Amino acid sequence: MPDVVVIGAGMVGAACAYYAAREGLTVTLVDRGSVAGGTTGSGEGNVLVSDKEPGPELDLAMLSCRLWTELASEAREVGGFEYEPKGGLVVAENDEVLRALTELAGHQGGSGVVARPVAADELADHEPHLAPGFAGGILYPQDAQVQPMLAAARLVRRWPGVTLRTGTEVTGILMEGGRVTGVRTATGDIPAGAVVNAGGTWGGEIAALAGVELPILPRRGFILVTEPLTGGPSGGPFVASGPLVRHKVYTAAYVTNVASDSEGLETSAVVEATQAGTVLIGASRERVGFDRTVSLPVLARLARQAVALFPALADVRAIRAYCGFRPYCPDHLPVIGADPRVPGLYHACGHEGAGIGLAPVTGLLVAQLITGAEPELDPEPFSPGRFAGAAAWTA
Amino acid sequence: MTAYDLVIVGAGPAGLAAAGVAARAGLRVAVLDAGARIGGQYFRQLPDGFNAARPGALHHGFSTFVRLREALGGADVLLGHRVWAVEHGPEGGFAVHCLEGREERARTVAAARLLIATGAYDRVLPFPGWDLPGVMTAGAAQALLKGNLVLAGRRVVVAGTGPFLLPVATSLAEAGAKVAGVFEAGGRFGLAPRALARPGKAAEALAYGYRLARRRVPYKGGRAVVAAHGDGELTHVTVAKVDADWRPYRGGYETIECDTLAVGYGFVPQLDLPAQLGCEIAGDADGGPVARVDRRMRTSVEGVYAAGETTGVGGADLAALEGVIAGRAVVADALGAPAAGDPEDPRMEARRRRLAGFARALLRAYPVRDGWMSWLRDDTLICRCEEVPYGRIKEVRDLGAADARSIKLLARPGMGWCQGRICGHAVARLAGEDPAPPRRPIAQPVRLGDLAAMDGRTLDDDT
Repeated sequence: MPDVVVIGAGMVGAACAYYAAREGLTVTLVDRGSVAGGTTGSGEGNVLVSDKEPGPELDLAMLSCRLWTELASEAREVGGFEYEPKGGLVVAENDEVLRALTELAGHQGGSGVVARPVAADELADHEPHLAPGFAGGILYPQDAQVQPMLAAARLVRRWPGVTLRTGTEVTGILMEGGRVTGVRTATGDIPAGAVVNAGGTWGGEIAALAGVELPILPRRGFILVTEPLTGGPSGGPFVASGPLVRHKVYTAAYVTNVASDSEGLETSAVVEATQAGTVLIGASRERVGFDRTVSLPVLARLARQAVALFPALADVRAIRAYCGFRPYCPDHLPVIGADPRVPGLYHACGHEGAGIGLAPVTGLLVAQLITGAEPELDPEPFSPGRFAGAAAWTA
Repeated sequence: MTAYDLVIVGAGPAGLAAAGVAARAGLRVAVLDAGARIGGQYFRQLPDGFNAARPGALHHGFSTFVRLREALGGADVLLGHRVWAVEHGPEGGFAVHCLEGREERARTVAAARLLIATGAYDRVLPFPGWDLPGVMTAGAAQALLKGNLVLAGRRVVVAGTGPFLLPVATSLAEAGAKVAGVFEAGGRFGLAPRALARPGKAAEALAYGYRLARRRVPYKGGRAVVAAHGDGELTHVTVAKVDADWRPYRGGYETIECDTLAVGYGFVPQLDLPAQLGCEIAGDADGGPVARVDRRMRTSVEGVYAAGETTGVGGADLAALEGVIAGRAVVADALGAPAAGDPEDPRMEARRRRLAGFARALLRAYPVRDGWMSWLRDDTLICRCEEVPYGRIKEVRDLGAADARSIKLLARPGMGWCQGRICGHAVARLAGEDPAPPRRPIAQPVRLGDLAAMDGRTLDDDT
């Protein structure tokens, strides 16, 4: 019998299993699909501090950023997961936006974020192919990128105390005397001392199996992928002058969108290159339920914004597009910690678009809470208890 | 921009047949095709510059093609148009987004109704050496010959499974190539009982057999090309005697010299567009996905029809028949009366059932067996676009990638230029799955500048 069952083998579940096993616990990690088959596999692998306002989530992100560095150096000998501390460059369309951006950067500095102002005429030093006309920007060297599917897979394999069971759907939470005692799956019961809900966008459904409500909803995001720019048929022009895109580059509008509560479509291009040679263009935000129907208008909007940032992209071809469902809570904070309503049940979900970046810190906190260790950071703002007393939450 | 009553994607037998029927009934019809000439893969045409005296010499059923071409009537034929996306129009109907010509000029064609007749492409299995120059699909060898009068090689081996190998080998041999052998991985006579029920087809197969025998081309069953060799280009292949599951018998190998290998393991219907529109996709007799249609060739999405290989690989005769049925159905739905004839004409219906039944029997008689996986070595490329070797697939399976999608996410097969059209079948089978319906929101690479220009634009802006 494992000490812990973690439900969901995405990035967050993998991190929970990793840190719990590091603490000496035995872990069974179950997923109805495969490793990294849900939202983990349909994002960009962002590890960002730049897009967060000062507050509890930024504190989480700062710690997680440091954990990612540790994980990456540990994983290097087994092949790594394309961890790249490439830094983020946020550009401002005009002086007014630049003032707001600079002010935000100042506040973020208090949380430990390194933010370097970049004057308009210095932008080209950092991004030679950036369109002219921006008022300036801020460089965030701590922003990084990982290949999240590979990262999840490697973390799962790190400790022998983790047993992975894919293709295993959890159909019920076992309870005894009001306490969680394991999970029921299509292929049998797995008793355990603690159960971690790392169900991501489907975390609300897992919570419901334990009879509690967790208000997690899907937010759809599309990503466009270009042809590889090195070695591909039209890659020539960019090889000589170095990579077309060097950092994660986005406009200040992204920061306001991240914090936005709007129901409608929002897009703000985030442009970055990958080690595979492609350029990824995110990120749209729509609340349309679990609808996978491709929306050409959304792809067109993303393309327009990306070309506005990097005019040379106009002649680069998009070859793919994919979408995923980011799990969000009404207050846009993740749910991390013990559920006061059901002893033995822990939640680790609802990270919205920041799940990859925040996965390590989430795993660490959950492991510390399960073992009764002093948490490295106050988890109270993320407590599932914040939904306990509230009136029935409705979509 | 005024919309066409009917836009047909694909100018092969199905598309041409439908276009003729609908145009004659007075509908405004456009036929789009990526190729430079009409005819599709089956009736692949020579460029005009060839001034061929007997353009039909390489074609089986050329008179059918001439009839279809002449029947096109007033339909607009838009060649060199590659469709990269279709979507529902803002006020009903459909927007068909194309890239025109070598310049890839972006263009959108509006349609009240849409017929998808995009055919099929070769199903490919990887094996050691399959990426050597000189190795090509059977379909490509045939296309070179029919479309460019280019003989794929001097000394050719034809291998794979299915009845298509015979006409390929025959036309190569009769065009002057030395065909060193035709190797059918399944049984040579897998179809015999069924073929007897269709004397026409049996006679056709016999005729090919006779023409091959006359040129002393060996045709052997239970044999597969399990490796291709050469330093920089193909010089020889290893042919293995294989069991019913296509695993080589110990010691049953021979080496055959050749400069060209034409290899074909059947066909995969091109389903990007029906999948984009959300049309229901079903499993065919071989487990592969096809667009589901009713007796009138209507898909599950109103206003969208499918005909030809899109509904299941069945050959040119069936495709042309389905095109006629689809054309009649479109006319009936558009005009509210079967002005072009009854789409449910019992004689056509019976003929379709017979041809489709024969096609399904072929699929069942020539299945692809999983033994091909035993031909792989760790360094055999599975995905050529992203250069993913078999060893890498095994690695990520060990990392927990339990299905085809996770294998793709972790090892990148299918993420490159061809979008998994070539390796998709192999990766699915390596994951123990039947191939899933495609999910390609961008069916052809499109310049970001062209995509960007669509932002906020309505169909009316595009003329």
